[in-house]
Amino acid sequence: MFDAAKLRKDFPIFARKPGAGTDSKPLVYLDSAATSQRPKVVIDAMTSFYTEHNSNVHRGLYGIAEEATFRYEEVRKQVKRFINASDEREIIFTKNATEAANMVMRGWGEKNIRKGDRIVTTILEHHSNFVPWQQLARMKGAKLEIVGIDEEGMLDMADLERKTKGAKMLAFSAASNVLGTITDVEGICSIARDCGALSIVDGAQRVPSSKTDVSKMGCDLMFFSGHKMLAPFGAGVLYGREEILEDMDPFEYGSEMISSVTAERSEWSELPYKFESGTPDVAAVIGLGAAIGYLDRIGLDAIRAYEGSLISYMLDRLDKIEGLEILGPRSAKKRGALVSFTVAGIHPHDIAAILAEDGVCVRSGHHCAMPLHERLGIPASTRASVYLYNTKDEIDALSESLLKAKKVFS
Amino acid sequence: MENDIYQEFIIELYKNPRNSGRIEDADYSAKAQNPTCGDSVELFIKAKDGIITEARFLGSGCAISQASASLFTGYLIGKKVASLAKMKADEALKLIKVDLSKNPSRMKCALLPLDAMRKAVSGSY
Repeated sequence: MFDAAKLRKDFPIFARKPGAGTDSKPLVYLDSAATSQRPKVVIDAMTSFYTEHNSNVHRGLYGIAEEATFRYEEVRKQVKRFINASDEREIIFTKNATEAANMVMRGWGEKNIRKGDRIVTTILEHHSNFVPWQQLARMKGAKLEIVGIDEEGMLDMADLERKTKGAKMLAFSAASNVLGTITDVEGICSIARDCGALSIVDGAQRVPSSKTDVSKMGCDLMFFSGHKMLAPFGAGVLYGREEILEDMDPFEYGSEMISSVTAERSEWSELPYKFESGTPDVAAVIGLGAAIGYLDRIGLDAIRAYEGSLISYMLDRLDKIEGLEILGPRSAKKRGALVSFTVAGIHPHDIAAILAEDGVCVRSGHHCAMPLHERLGIPASTRASVYLYNTKDEIDALSESLLKAKKVFS
Repeated sequence: MENDIYQEFIIELYKNPRNSGRIEDADYSAKAQNPTCGDSVELFIKAKDGIITEARFLGSGCAISQASASLFTGYLIGKKVASLAKMKADEALKLIKVDLSKNPSRMKCALLPLDAMRKAVSGSY
């Protein structure tokens, strides 16, 4: 039996006195899609690194230097297992998902995309998996194709197939951060493969609570951020099939990513170090290791199932609010752990402000998905997202606060 | 009262804005936006002999930004165009009457009409 109430105790912020909600109210945190809360084990892992093993990595020969390097590389192995990559060389630590996308745009895009080429993305994308490709197309004189969605908010697969034919690359999300739409990653990667297009998956909203198997997905590249899965800010991951990464140029130049430097030229390091220049955020990576350990102990399948039940409950409760329109698929099975919605007559910004007064934390705005909002014909929406530490009571609180907001504006 | 910001007059102005609309032959006009929250205010000003005779706005956004625009456009009538560039944020904030000092993000909303006005009279878009 999944016990969220018990798991909550692992997260110090929920026990904060006075409460971490606005005006010291108890924290009803429904914005994990923006960033997750952190369990004590992750916070402790960082603190313990700084107090007991702090040293730079891949450089020193003394005790703590070896320890730091060992611990850092152990996390790389953990990530490889976590997403079932074939080799540690395929795991690159980045600062976040956005940096990972830009690494691909610079390292692969700039050398492989030429004038007249077609590159494909979707209308669902977060700006971090949209703007890099838009800019790449502009820089190279390539054509950017944008796959549309149907009335329910699911990707238009016929449109995707049509647009991917003859395209050089296809970048898409495993789950939408606005509509919640879960995409058929395996199916889409297969289409990309058949079309000879490089597939890049934004796993930010999926990896935190769904078992990820990149070998099964069949993607060429995938990225996600640690901070959305209980890990500290500062540790993201770019996964890439070895042959793709070997072909890619470095994104950043400097120390660590070189094997030799003379006055005239430099030779790059082997994978993965070719893409890890300078001093990394070692503590954040250590924290990522602790986060993966914590998630593995609970089990991602159990987390996903629990989230599904919460989202189902949320959809039902929100449905009963007059004037509230749910965006995206109505079925919990088709969506990830979030629900975005609009309420007639109340701007999302005001909704978030009134909810905040009750300690209910949601996100309002365009959620870094302006093209999607334009397609939906709305300037902004309100989004509530859940993770393993949320409860049904909190969804009740969300519902009650929304009714209160309606009253204020009546 | 919990909803200190959402006073009745603000809700009323949000639902029934005053001075709403476009002035086709405006002497000064500009749009200010706050992309973080989706608020926007487009201001239109008409003046005669350096005195503002008409001010209207078009916009969408939160109650604070829109109510503020209603109040601000009313406030501008009769003012000298020459004095507008010097108008300080405090003056605009007083119109909304609620204390936003603890909500810096909401202050931005309340000051959106002022931003639009500054753009309009400086001639920069």
